[in-house]
Amino acid sequence: MAHIIVVTSGKGGVGKTTSSAAIATGLALKGHKTVVIDFDIGLRNLDLIMGCERRVVYDFVNVINGEANLNQALIKDKRCENLHILPASQTRDKDALTKEGVGKVLDDLADAGFEYIICDSPAGIETGAMMALYFADTAIVTTNPEVSSVRDSDRILGMLQSKSRRAEQNLEPIREYLLLTRYSPTRVKTGEMLSVGDVEEILAIKLLGVIPESQAVLKASNAGVPVILDKESDAGQAYEDTVSRLLGEELPLRFVTEEKKGFLKRIFGS
Amino acid sequence: MSLLDYFRSNKKPATAVTAKERLQIIVAHQRSERGAPDYFPQMKQEIIEVIRKYVAIEEDQVSVQLDQNDDNLSVLELNVTLPEKG
Repeated sequence: MAHIIVVTSGKGGVGKTTSSAAIATGLALKGHKTVVIDFDIGLRNLDLIMGCERRVVYDFVNVINGEANLNQALIKDKRCENLHILPASQTRDKDALTKEGVGKVLDDLADAGFEYIICDSPAGIETGAMMALYFADTAIVTTNPEVSSVRDSDRILGMLQSKSRRAEQNLEPIREYLLLTRYSPTRVKTGEMLSVGDVEEILAIKLLGVIPESQAVLKASNAGVPVILDKESDAGQAYEDTVSRLLGEELPLRFVTEEKKGFLKRIFGS
Repeated sequence: MSLLDYFRSNKKPATAVTAKERLQIIVAHQRSERGAPDYFPQMKQEIIEVIRKYVAIEEDQVSVQLDQNDDNLSVLELNVTLPEKG
């Protein structure tokens, strides 16, 4: 049985695609056959973050419409043996996704032996986002420590609990996890930013990881390399921890307290 | 933060506290409406209209809530604060 994971948030720009790319790569690095699907029809971006934009020939909608088969549309990652990418269509509109069509592709991916299927949701609560979450077994709710993102995350939690396949068929509910991104311990300390504890308390779901605000994320997307492959970076390591926790390991949080500054930095600022 | 900041007074109220309080209220409100049927907002509006035919009330003087208990029992709770007789 393939495990279907949706990376969702409601609000845009919080790091869904960055997180999808990092988590999918992390799972593949751990030896699991993984595919990551871009559900943002018309605004394809996962291919850029994964660095395979020039290798896109067929896409998700082509497969749904029977214009290409899965093998033609799947892009095999060049860095990572077990990783495949299914890009979104850039031309069709969001209504190209139907429950039947998406369900069939997910079934075929499971039959092809994929262990993890990561669904990179578009922002909003329209067709694309609903299709991305509908079949999920696990949801990673990507949230920034900021009021509009937290509120939208709560809306998405409502959707997961009422509009998903598991909800409609009265199955065991989707496992919901919080992934807090763009976290700045310094600003939390000065009282300008909601803390991990605050967001956990408000959303009341299990915490999967905290990704610090990091320059490595922009560098990684510039280069088209998932940030988890930047093993020196704080964000990369935080994503590694996140993937381990997703696989059931218990790890303490890192990068949630202010880093100690040297004497010179204290005087001249950072 | 640099050394200069240590001499500046930065005793402004922490805005994160405000953010948390506002979110707790709005999320509680969102959750109370969760799971309610799609017709619920309109029904609530119509109930208010009916009461208004007889008594002058503001929208915030009426609370209509649907509580779902575990044992297949739903309770529609209607709470109206009537204006004082003048």
